[in-house]
Amino acid sequence: MLKTLFPNVIWDTIYEATLETLYMTAISVLATFFLGIILGLLLFLTGKGNLWENKIIHTIISAFVNIFRSIPFIILIVLLIPFTMAIMQTMIGANAALPALIIGAAPFYARMVEIALREIDKGVIEAAKSMGAKVSTIIFKVLIPESLPALVSGITVTAIALVGYTAMAGVVGAGGLGNLAYLEGFQRSQNDVTFIATIIVLIIVFIIQFIGDFITSKLDKR
Amino acid sequence: MITLSNVSKIYKSKLKNSAQIKAVDNIELQVAQGEIFGIIGYSGAGKSTLIRMLNGLETPSAGTISVAGREISKIKGAELRKARQEISMIFQHFNLLWSRTVRENISFPLEIAGVSKLERQNRVDELIKLVGLEGREDAYPSQLSGGQKQRVGIARALANNPKVLLCDEATSALDPQTTDSILDLLQDINTRLGLTIVLITHEMHVIRKICHRVAVMENGKVVEMGNVLDVFKRPQAQITKRFVQQVTEPEETKETIEHLLENYPNGKVIQLSFVGDSAEQPLITQLIRTFNLEVNILQGKISQTQSGSYGTLFIHLDGSEAEMDKALEYIKASHVGVEVIENA
Repeated sequence: MLKTLFPNVIWDTIYEATLETLYMTAISVLATFFLGIILGLLLFLTGKGNLWENKIIHTIISAFVNIFRSIPFIILIVLLIPFTMAIMQTMIGANAALPALIIGAAPFYARMVEIALREIDKGVIEAAKSMGAKVSTIIFKVLIPESLPALVSGITVTAIALVGYTAMAGVVGAGGLGNLAYLEGFQRSQNDVTFIATIIVLIIVFIIQFIGDFITSKLDKR
Repeated sequence: MITLSNVSKIYKSKLKNSAQIKAVDNIELQVAQGEIFGIIGYSGAGKSTLIRMLNGLETPSAGTISVAGREISKIKGAELRKARQEISMIFQHFNLLWSRTVRENISFPLEIAGVSKLERQNRVDELIKLVGLEGREDAYPSQLSGGQKQRVGIARALANNPKVLLCDEATSALDPQTTDSILDLLQDINTRLGLTIVLITHEMHVIRKICHRVAVMENGKVVEMGNVLDVFKRPQAQITKRFVQQVTEPEETKETIEHLLENYPNGKVIQLSFVGDSAEQPLITQLIRTFNLEVNILQGKISQTQSGSYGTLFIHLDGSEAEMDKALEYIKASHVGVEVIENA
């Protein structure tokens, strides 16, 4: 039955490609989450009227974030080839895609983190200050817990964008479902392979969205 | 306990050549240990800035502030944080962490102070009892009413056994009944723990109900300061008179009086103000017995303050001019404020 519907699909390869996509997504989401929170916190804290108000640092981070957020991802991969070669020693395979994925997604997520933090009631931060809290206490016990639902829904959106990015990275040799759809599906005119790759990507996206929504609703006690 | 000398706070406007804004202008005041001190003013009077300078959330542009033996206007960093654990604050909008339960919210300042987990638990249980929140320990702030949220705020503020409690419009977001229950709680804490309380408000009702002394602020300056009863008795500044009217005269009083003057063209309409003990003597009975006058009670109200009662009474006198003048002299002699209301 499957054989007649999808004559060109080799399920072992699909399975392998799916694992590669999941691997690239998982690692880059994880790294983006931490890097984005750090950048977002810095953006927020150095902003006007905040704990570490500092115009110079704020402008520098803001410019960095804006630049990397604006470069189309496919161009960013090419731009980053020397950097990737230097730290990964290769341009082929899932690991080679990671630097570009993280550098492409972290600034995007950092902006979401900043917005999430700005949504926190200023009064709550003031209350923590009035109790004699240190900045680190405010970060870990006020800012992050109070913005956590927004941080999670932000990383959900970012993770879905990253699934798309891994497909693009696949085209330039990173492996995964994008690579499979491009090489086996498009270049060899095997539309059934492209179709299956698309279906699997969609399933991954739906699962990410479902998990993200579930966690967000569990966390939100407002 | 608290001393402010020559304290000013100036905000520099961003626009060139525009005037600087003096939020707080050369304020001089002392608050004694165990006192409930109220600061009243309309919004923009500078009271918010003033109370925030008491725990270093704002720094003064000039002058010195010392609270509980520390010069708040000078210290920074770790020392300021330590001081803040002794100067707690509660807020108009409660400022609870929505991500934490009642118990966890109250525990927060203890975590900051580095109290061990077991001690934290015991202390939180005590505090929950103190503010009357038994049974709501594991609720989240979103599941509480305004009054309950403020109780959490108060419990949180008391967690580290502070010496001073600052109340920033703590009852302004609550309905009148809840306001009273929160004020009762504050007063109870004041007497039981001997805590010094500084509160800011725009409601004279709050001052009347729990404060021992009051400062009236307008345009960054303290225009009047004194014992609550004295201020009620003899308000000097125009703004103070307006605040006093908030509690002594119902809104419709003015209209009522005009109406009365029309209805009683003969005789006089008189406003009597009673303060403290004078409120308790049978003045009207004596008036009727001593003088040949018709006395008609028109309207009256008694307000209770921390240091005694304060009341106003409108009466109508009718009789001969000479007898009425004698009666007025008599009333003045018995330490009751008299004001003859004329047609406006």
